[in-house]
Amino acid sequence: MNEDLGLWAVPIAVLGGMLRVSTPFLFVSLGECVTEKSGRINLGLEGTLVFGAMAGYGGSYLTGNPWAGVLLAGIAGTLFGLLHAALCSLPRVNDIAVGIALMILGSGLAFFFGKPLIQPAAPMLPGLSLGGWSDVPQLRSALEVSPLLLIGVVIAVFLLFVFKRTRIGLILRMVGDSADAARAMGYPIIPVRITATAFGGFMAGIAGAYLSLYYPGSWNENISSGQGLIAVALVIFARWNPLACLGAALIFGGAGALGPALQSVGVTSGYYLFYAAPYILTLAILFATSSPRRALEGAPRELSITK
Amino acid sequence: MLPMNRRRFLATTAALSAAPLLGRVSPAFAASLTAGFVYVGPRDDYGYNQSHAEGAAAIRDMAGLTIIEEENVAESDAVVKTMESMIQLDGAGLIFPTSFGYYNPFVVDTAKAYEDVQFRHCGGLWTDKDPKNAGSYFGYIGTAQYICGIIAGHMTKSKRLGFVAAKPIPQVLLNINAYTLGARSVDPEITTQVIFTGDWAMPVKEAEAVNALVDQGADVLTCHVDSPKVFVQTAAGRGAYVTGYHTSQAPLAPEKYLTGAEWHWATVYKMFAEKALAGEELPNFVRGGLAEDFVKISDYGPAVTEEAKKQADAVKAEVMKGGFAVIKGPLKDNKGNDVVAAGNEYPETAIELESMDYLVEGVIGSTS
Repeated sequence: MNEDLGLWAVPIAVLGGMLRVSTPFLFVSLGECVTEKSGRINLGLEGTLVFGAMAGYGGSYLTGNPWAGVLLAGIAGTLFGLLHAALCSLPRVNDIAVGIALMILGSGLAFFFGKPLIQPAAPMLPGLSLGGWSDVPQLRSALEVSPLLLIGVVIAVFLLFVFKRTRIGLILRMVGDSADAARAMGYPIIPVRITATAFGGFMAGIAGAYLSLYYPGSWNENISSGQGLIAVALVIFARWNPLACLGAALIFGGAGALGPALQSVGVTSGYYLFYAAPYILTLAILFATSSPRRALEGAPRELSITK
Repeated sequence: MLPMNRRRFLATTAALSAAPLLGRVSPAFAASLTAGFVYVGPRDDYGYNQSHAEGAAAIRDMAGLTIIEEENVAESDAVVKTMESMIQLDGAGLIFPTSFGYYNPFVVDTAKAYEDVQFRHCGGLWTDKDPKNAGSYFGYIGTAQYICGIIAGHMTKSKRLGFVAAKPIPQVLLNINAYTLGARSVDPEITTQVIFTGDWAMPVKEAEAVNALVDQGADVLTCHVDSPKVFVQTAAGRGAYVTGYHTSQAPLAPEKYLTGAEWHWATVYKMFAEKALAGEELPNFVRGGLAEDFVKISDYGPAVTEEAKKQADAVKAEVMKGGFAVIKGPLKDNKGNDVVAAGNEYPETAIELESMDYLVEGVIGSTS
């Protein structure tokens, strides 16, 4: 059935891992990118992601339509985003502290409502086969991608266009770079930030639905192993550029597949080191791209961590 | 005694003042007993924690017994808080902390602090230096994995099996070795490819490991991770057969599920609860395997051939007689060293098996 590919199996597995594992990173980091561009950090997206996974699975199970689950997860994520945005709009509220609180709240609520959903099986999202041209079954299975990944890629390009070329993008960047300037120009600061945070929540909710409805495709309390948190860090790593977010998400997805793939071809020692590959890579890239002069290039000036 | 700090003092005072309000003041009273179960993960995870929760559910209706449970308790100071709250607020007289990492120092220290409460920990770590009101129990599941390996050996067409494992600790290595030896007793050409994910619950990595194994041609897969749900669904989705672990995962993949090695804790919990209710002394050190009904084999799935069933049942009958040894000489590890000399036999009760640090010939993988 399967041919022996030898070492070629490793790049194919990394490619497959890239396409399978990167989507949650991509959605969360694109959403967070918009939120941070408006001058706020939402660290609670990990909780939103877990809640989205639960809501997506529940929605799919109850309606029988996985896309209804995705929509429900998005709506739930939006509500979490709005909650964060509303709390942070009160005077003297720290957005990082609120984010950590919402991270715990989101996971806790998801575990509470998700209890009855662990056992039943919900309908899964369909995949798109892009590997029909190939005769190699391994490559065909690696090129089985979710439509959500393609939607994510389109959103990344679209966001880049919005940031660079549209009035909305300009207002968003101005609110994030200098609240004083935005106020002087007469733009409403708080509504812009609320909208941006709600969008971030929406995207994180969708990312959760991808975890529970496509890959790995099941709801349980361990479904996220910190993807939401890593994705928030990826935004900084990607220097607040949506296309770089896409690249960072793909790198993290592919690097995560490296450990299992190497073990499967017989490179069996040192797997803990291979599992650390994404983080070593992050350190190396941050080290290579940073300098005292342009370390925070692209960072919104209103962000509480850079202010 | 546990060190008294402000937080513990406040908790203790609050608990003591609340206890009379709850009207449960005599935890050690023999005719009624509250037994507390502590789980490290969700109790319906299709895995390790579910196997314990099923055991707890089996004794729920015993007369005079109240069951309390807490799940998702970390292997840290959190388990001490949980146990203290079970003792002080719920009046628990018997506590089962079910996760391996709870034992030292958390269970040992709490047992010293509450001498009239009995603690029985799952994992088999108790020695006679530890408090007498503590103890441990465990099951010999390696032999069950050997029988699952026989089924897998009959069902594989590619002669390659896949094993998704969490960490290279002795129990896991024994399972991998037993599974491989079972399969190789059917056909000595069979190899088992093992992938270590590095931790007990890593759903995405487990799914990636399954994909990598199937890509390499493995067509029967098993695992040793805490919650095999993602593993079973992904493997069945890729068209591979699976044998399960911890509890039966047959409902997740009815066509692809062959069999599995399951815990059967109900036997253990029933024994402890009956003794405690009768006011008898509880044993400190309890172990058993298939013959003692501490572990069991899942019902065979529809795909399993008659030939496979016949051999597996014959071996199981041997095991039931007692003294059956999976690990026996001459045995080489996968680096070519002799690990068990000819003529040596280690039945499942042998203490040597608990320090296993090698993978047998036929396993592709490494312990570090």
